[in-house]
This record gives sequence, structure tokens and C-alpha cells, in this order.
Amino acid sequence: MLAFTVRRLLQSVIVLFVMSIIVFLGIYAIGNPVDILINPEADIAEQEATIRRLGLDKPVWTQYFTFLTNVLQGDLGTSFVHNEPALLIILERLPATMELAVGAVGLAIIIGIPAGIIAGLYPDSIIGRGIMAGSILGFSLPTFWVGLMLIMLFSVMLGWLPASGRGDTVGFLGVQVSFLTWDGLTHIFLPAFNLALFKMSLVIRLARAGTREVMLQDYIKFARAKGLSNVRVIGVHVLKNILIPVVTVLGLELGSVIAFAVVTETVFAWPGIGKLLIDSIGNLDRPLVVAYLLMTVTMFIIINFVVDILYSLLDPRVRLGDMKA
Amino acid sequence: MTGNEPTLCVENLQTYFYTKSGVIKAVDDVSFTVDKGEVLGLVGESGSGKSVTGFSILGLVDPPGRIAGGRIRFKGHSLTTLPEKEWRNLRGSRISMVFQDPMMTLNPVLRIDTQMIEAVTAHENISRQEARTRARDALGQVGIPSPDERLKAYPHQFSGGMRQRVAFSIALINKPDLIIADEPTTALDVTIQAQILHEAQKLCRDTGTALIWITHDLTVIAGLSDRVCVMYAGRIVEAGGINQVLDTPHHPYTYGLIGSVPSRNKRGAPLAQIAGMTPSLLNLPPGCAFRQRCPRASRACLTEPEIHELKDGRAVRCFHPYEEEATA
Ligand SMILES: Nc1ncnc2c1ncn2[C@@H]1O[C@H](COP(=O)(O)OP(=O)(O)OP(=O)(O)O)[C@@H](O)[C@H]1O
Ligand code: SF4
Ligand SMILES: [Mg+2]
Repeated sequence: MLAFTVRRLLQSVIVLFVMSIIVFLGIYAIGNPVDILINPEADIAEQEATIRRLGLDKPVWTQYFTFLTNVLQGDLGTSFVHNEPALLIILERLPATMELAVGAVGLAIIIGIPAGIIAGLYPDSIIGRGIMAGSILGFSLPTFWVGLMLIMLFSVMLGWLPASGRGDTVGFLGVQVSFLTWDGLTHIFLPAFNLALFKMSLVIRLARAGTREVMLQDYIKFARAKGLSNVRVIGVHVLKNILIPVVTVLGLELGSVIAFAVVTETVFAWPGIGKLLIDSIGNLDRPLVVAYLLMTVTMFIIINFVVDILYSLLDPRVRLGDMKA
Repeated sequence: MTGNEPTLCVENLQTYFYTKSGVIKAVDDVSFTVDKGEVLGLVGESGSGKSVTGFSILGLVDPPGRIAGGRIRFKGHSLTTLPEKEWRNLRGSRISMVFQDPMMTLNPVLRIDTQMIEAVTAHENISRQEARTRARDALGQVGIPSPDERLKAYPHQFSGGMRQRVAFSIALINKPDLIIADEPTTALDVTIQAQILHEAQKLCRDTGTALIWITHDLTVIAGLSDRVCVMYAGRIVEAGGINQVLDTPHHPYTYGLIGSVPSRNKRGAPLAQIAGMTPSLLNLPPGCAFRQRCPRASRACLTEPEIHELKDGRAVRCFHPYEEEATA
């Protein structure tokens, strides 16, 4: 366990370092922020002063080196546009995105696993086929379109749920959250559902395939031969086996949920980091984009680590020490 | 219910699988009884319907299969007319089963104690602690060292032989009246096989538990069972006391089976094999199912032979059975 953690930490540092170079060079290639940031009417001396202040006159390697030294001191740079530390701006917006992502994954699990098990137990029934048809739609319809349709149906036509924003928030463990107020809940439901659809379809497929395979195993027949009730056979013997792939895949996908949140946040005007990223790219706000990407990579690394630990807890045959880190 | 009621009485059991390509008569007109404390051997080659017979008794035939006819009486009560819930109450408490492959019978992600305790609490309203004590005793009973610690282990931490012992201890935990052992030693090596056989036999003598021992190998049950039923293509073709059947097989199929048992051959002599393959159970041709492989087949065998009762409680389903002098 300790060896595993240390190995994983070292690898993470290397990944982060390589990532930082790629991100920095990539953003450098996109465009010159000077064109956007500096008032064209300002005189040459003023323009050059700004360029020098932002450090944009130096060669790219020097800029990268300055950036790296700052990062090692915990400073991810200052947003060109907001004139505030990039990290601070991101952290301010992060709870909204995390709340949305966790809500989406939660919905995917709560709806996806039972639906997948039912589809796996009765693959030829109308309900089993219906669930599978639904999951195909969830896979293939584009997120932004479904989002717009949800708004059209539930907000515009039926008027049941609000179409944008976070609604009322309350402080919870030091951050502002929506899910603890009724108004916030009504606001988060549609975007979370929208973001969940793709993962839900994935969970349905994994749970269905797992259920079909596990149901044929001798140990299920043996469990039934012990006289266990169907509830126990399915709720314990089947569920525990199918949870292994579901948790693994979903855990790894949590990162991509955060990445996909960019679309959902834009459609539902959800004030999270996804929307922030889109705005920053539009403004060529380099420090903010770089900080966002590095944050996301760090998050992926942490998530993978947690998933591996969860996986070893769920499947007794896996020991962390044996696992390739 | 009288004292000499057999533990299990199967009458004309038919278990069919209704598949898309046709009806598979996996078990067709099978009858036998098992008395208290008796060991009945059920022998036949792969696909002859032994396991399906066992699952029928437990009420665990998977769709598209179902019991299409016949009766199963357990201690005087009819099982086939029982509501599913009551049949389930008998499973694992009064009738239990041990499967062929010990590597596959235990759930890999649940600890042994979970899998043992649930077998008790499914049938009895007792505390987890009591159930746990009983699980520990059951593990000790089948010869697993330091059962208290082993309860906390997962199946993959046991060897195959040990896993089969665990499976047996689960089957025994509620002191059933009948155990169906479906080739439980086939996957194990010979020494462990002998140990488990010996212990199973002792158990039946001591507790009066009836045992159905399913196998495709006659030698396995030679020293174990009292009576034997030989199955072929879903039917019983010969039945009788184990020693009589081994000494003077009447049915050509049994005769061939014994011929193919190594220990009964002269040392160095080539093994006799039964030529041909088990016929497909789908669209069995009319007449005796063994016809294509039978050295004694005649025109008469184009019609279906009935099972004949002989003396000494023996029975055979054949038009031209071997007589006693035929086996020298
Ligand atoms: N789920 C099923 N669907 C369709 N047919 C089945 C099914 N299960 C069993 N059968 C049929 O029943 C026949 C008997 O199967 P069974 O498992 O009882 O054989 P067996 O005598 O136990 O053989 P083995 O020694 O290989 O275990 C098989 O040949 C198969 O055709
Ligand atoms: S009935 Fe005929 S074919 Fe069948 S086993 Fe007897 S002799 Fe052979
Ligand atoms: Mg079998």
C-alpha cells in the first residue's frame, strides 16, 4: 500500500510536469493575447509597458520557466482579464462544477444500476428492451441538444423547473451548495440529469452485461440452492459482482464528467469552471486556461488513485501491491 | 407420515427444455426412491440428464426448462405442486446440493462467513452471532483447520479441495434430510476425492441423511453407494444394488461403462470404449436411444423399450439384456 502510494505519487509529478509543458506551448500557439487585451488606441510606450508587465516580451522558454518557478511556490499566475490569482478564481467556481458532476454521477448510479439489472434479468421483455433503447438514445443524442430539449419541455412548455443558474445556495463545509435548498434542487436537477444521461447509458450497459454474465454462474445457482430469497441473491450476490466494473468505469469517467460539464454549464448557464474555461479561451486569458487544465489533470490523477483503492476494496482478489501503478 | 416413508420418491419425472429449435427432453420418465441414510448413485455420461434431475428436485430448473410431468415426493409431500416460496424454504434447509466445480460455487467477492451465515439466517430466525458459531462448527466438522480465522477469508484463499469442503459444510449446515452431490469430486485429485467420499459416507450412516451422488465414473461410487441408477439420454436404463450391477450388468450401456473402467480391466489391456457419441437430445429418433451404439441391437429396438422390474429390486430398459453368464 505504501509502496503503491509512493510509486503513484512519483508518476503523478512526472505527468504533471509533462502536461504543464504541453499546455503552455499549446496555449502559446493559439494566439497572442496582446491583440485582445491592449487598447489599440494606447500609444506604443503604453503598449510596451503592458507587454512587459505581463512578461509577454520574453522568449517562450523564459516565460515557461518563470511560470514553473511560480507554480512551485503555489502561484498559478494572475488572470489577465480579472486581474486576480487564477487559482482563486477557479477555486471559487469549483464547488458549482463539483456539485453538478457529483449529482450527475449520483443520478447515473441511482437510475442506471437498477435499470441495468432489470434489463439484464429480463433481456427479452418489453421493459428490458425499452431500457436498452433508452440507453442507445442516451449514448447517441448530443448533450447540448438534449439540454435544450429539456429546457424547452420542462422550463418553457411545462414551466416545472428553472432553466438557468444555481438558485439559492447555502454554506456547507465552507462552500456554497445548491442541493440543500429546495430552490437550488430544482435548479440543479435538469443540468445534472443532462450531464448524467451519457454516463447513465454507460452504467445501464455495464450493469446489464454484468447481470447477464453473473446470473449464469454456478455461485448464483448455489446461492439459490441455499434457499436465499431473490432479493438477497440479486441485491447481494449479483450486485456486489457487477459493482466492480461499474465503480471502476464510473470512477475513471468522473474526470470526463467534469470535462463534459463545459457543454452542460454553457447550456444551463451554470456558473462553474466549465463556463469559466469557455470564457477564458474566448479572451485568450492564458494563465486561467493553463491553471484550469493543470487543475483538471490533478483531479484526474487523484480520481484514478481513489478508484484503484475502491477497486481493491470491492474485489478481494485484487491487492494494491500487485497492481501496476 | 409413516416411519418407513422414503426420503425422496421421484415418479416418472419429465424435465423438458423448450428451446427455439425444439423440445429437449433432458429428463424423460425417470423414477427412483432414496431411503433415509441411503446413498444412491446416479451414473451416466455427459449430457445424460443427471444434473437436470438434481435441479428438478430442488426446483431450480432454468428457463426455458421446466418440469413437464411426473411427481417428486419428499418425505411424503409433493414438491411439484408446492408454491415456489415453500419450495425455496426446503432448499438449503431440508434438501441441499453440492456442485461439480468447487472453484465456481462460492461467490468470489463475499467472505466465507457471509456465505455461510446467510445460509442459516435464510431459514431460521437466529442472531448473526449464533449463526456464526454454527458456521464455525460446520467448518470444523468438515476438517478445516482454525475455522474461526478461515471464516474471515475469501474463496480465492482456499485450495480447490478446501473450497469443496466449504461447499459441503454449507450444504450440511442446516442438517438436511437429503443432499444431492453433483460430481463433487470430479475436479479434485484422487486422495482428496477418497477423503471426501469417506466422510460423506460416514455422515450418512451417522445422521440418517440421504445422499444422491451424481457421477460419470462408476468406480467412484463402487464403494460408496447402496444402489445405482444408470442414466442414458435422459432415461434410466438400469437400476439395482451397486454390487449386483457391477458384477452382472444387464444393459448393454452399463456393460460398456464397466468395460471402460480401468481398474476392472486386466493390467495392460487396452481400455474398452463405448463406440459412438451420445445422441442429440433434440429430435431423438424413435426406439431405443442407445441403438446406434449397441452391439445387441435388433429390429425390435426400433420401438421404445419399457423398463422391466427384475428380481432383487433390479430393473432394466432393454429388449436383449445380458444375462448373468454373459459377464465372465
Ligand atoms: N439451460 C439449458 N438449456 C437447454 N438445454 C439444457 C439446459 N440445461 C441442460 N440442457 C440439456 O439437458 C441435457 C442434460 O444436461 P445435464 O446437465 O443434466 O447433463 P449431465 O448428465 O449432468 O452431464 P455432465 O456430466 O456433463 O454434467 C443436456 O444435454 C442439455 O441438452
Ligand atoms: S433395447 Fe436394443 S438397442 Fe437398446 S440397449 Fe437393448 S439391445 Fe441395445
Ligand atoms: Mg452435470
